[in-house]
Amino acid sequence: MWRDALLVAGKDLRIEMRSRVVLNQVVPFGVLVLVLFALALGPDRRPMVQAAPGLFWVSVLFSSVLAVQRSFSIESAEGARDGLRLSGLDPAGIFLGKLGAMTVQLLLLDLILGAGVVVLYGAHVRSVGAVVTAAVAGTVGLAAAATLYGAMAAGLRVRETLLPFLFLPVASPVLVAGTRAWQGALGTAASGSGPWLRILLVFAVVYLALGVVIYGPLQEAT
Amino acid sequence: MAPVVSLRAAVALTGRFPALAGADLTVGSGEVVVLDGANGAGKTTLLRVCAGLVPVTGGEAVVLGYDLRRSHTAVRRQVGMLGHAPALYDDLTVLDNVRFAVRAAAGDPARVDAAMERLGLVGRLRRTPVVRLSAGQRRRVSLAVLVARRPPLWLLDEPHAALDAATRRLLGELVEEAATGGATVLLASHEPDAALPLADRVVTMGGGRVLGECDGWRGRSLGPSPRAVGGSHVA
Repeated sequence: MWRDALLVAGKDLRIEMRSRVVLNQVVPFGVLVLVLFALALGPDRRPMVQAAPGLFWVSVLFSSVLAVQRSFSIESAEGARDGLRLSGLDPAGIFLGKLGAMTVQLLLLDLILGAGVVVLYGAHVRSVGAVVTAAVAGTVGLAAAATLYGAMAAGLRVRETLLPFLFLPVASPVLVAGTRAWQGALGTAASGSGPWLRILLVFAVVYLALGVVIYGPLQEAT
Repeated sequence: MAPVVSLRAAVALTGRFPALAGADLTVGSGEVVVLDGANGAGKTTLLRVCAGLVPVTGGEAVVLGYDLRRSHTAVRRQVGMLGHAPALYDDLTVLDNVRFAVRAAAGDPARVDAAMERLGLVGRLRRTPVVRLSAGQRRRVSLAVLVARRPPLWLLDEPHAALDAATRRLLGELVEEAATGGATVLLASHEPDAALPLADRVVTMGGGRVLGECDGWRGRSLGPSPRAVGGSHVA
C-alpha cells in the first residue's frame, strides 16, 4: 500500500511540476479571494484582523475544490483512470497517494495564503504552534475528504458542477474549527485553540480511515 | 492445459443493457484470436470483461485461472490492454509514462529502455510530453508499455487505428513474438486485412454473443496479393 501511495503521489507531483496548474492557477485564485475580501472590508484594519482566520479558511476551501478537480481531471483524460485500475495498484494506496500529493500542494497554498493574511490583513500570530497544527490537520482533513468526493464524482459527466455541492457542506466542520482555532492562535477570540484543534484532528483521522476503506469500492462503482 | 480465457454464457451489463448477453469463448495459451463484428457487437465489452474492468453478472468467466464471478479485479495485473484511449498522462513525458505504467503494474523497470527502443521511442521523443504527440505516436507509447510489461494476456482493441504502415508491421511482429513466447492475444478489429494475418482463429460476435468462428491466416504462406500480381493496375 505504501509503495503504491508513493508511486501515485510521485506521479501526481511530477505532473504538477510539469504543468504548474496549481501554482499558476489555484494559488493565484486563493490570493485573489484574500485580496477581494481585503478590498471589500475597506481600509480599516480592525474588521480585517477579526475576519482574517475565516477568510483564510474560506480561501483554502475554495482553492481545494479547484485542486481536487485538477487531481481527478488528469485521471479522466485519455483513459488514464482505466490504466490506473488495470495496473492492479492497491486502491488504498491510490487514495493515500492522491491525498499525499494534494496535501503537499495545499500546504504550499496555506503558506502563501498565511503570509497573505499577515501582510494584507495585518494579523499577528500569537501561537505559531497552534497556527501550524491547525493548518496541517485542517489541510489533511480537507484533502482526504476532497479526494474521497473527487473519486465519487470522477466518473460523472457533471463532475465539475457536482463536486462543490458534495464537498463544501462536508468540509464545513474544517471551516468552522479551523477558523476558531486560528482565532485563538491570532488572539482575536477569548477562547483557546485546543478544542478546535482536536476537532480538526478527528476530522482528518475519520476521513483518512474512511478513504482507505472505501476508495476501492468507490473507484469500481463510478 | 487449462484455457487462458473461458467464458460460458457470460453476461455483462453496461448500465442496464446486456452488452455481453451469454457469450461463450475458450482461448488457449499462445493463441491469437481476432474478434470480428459490427459496431455494438460486444467486442470491446468482451475485452473489458477479460481485463476485469467490467464485472460479469451471469454465466461463468475464468481468465488466467481467476474466477471473475468471485472477483473481477484480481486478474488486472496479469493483463495488458490497449484500449481506444491510450491511458497516458498528457503532461508527463513518454519516458515518465512508460516508467510509471510498468512500475505500477509491478513490471521490471529494466525492460523499459528496450521496449521504447523497439517502438522507436528514442532520442528527443523520450523526453517529449505526451500532449505533443500524434495519435499514432501515443499508440506506440501504449504498445511500449505492453512490451515492457510482458503480460500473459494481451487485449488489443482496434490496435491498428492511427498507426502508419511501418508501425502496423511492427505490431504484427510484436503480436507474433508474444504468441510465440506463450502469451495469449485477443484482438478486436474492423480491419480484416491487418488483423487476419495475425489470427489463429477469427470469432464473429453480434448482439453480445459469439455467433461463429473460422480459422485465421497466422502461419500460412499467403503469397503475393492479387493487386501485386502484374505490377500495375493501369490498363
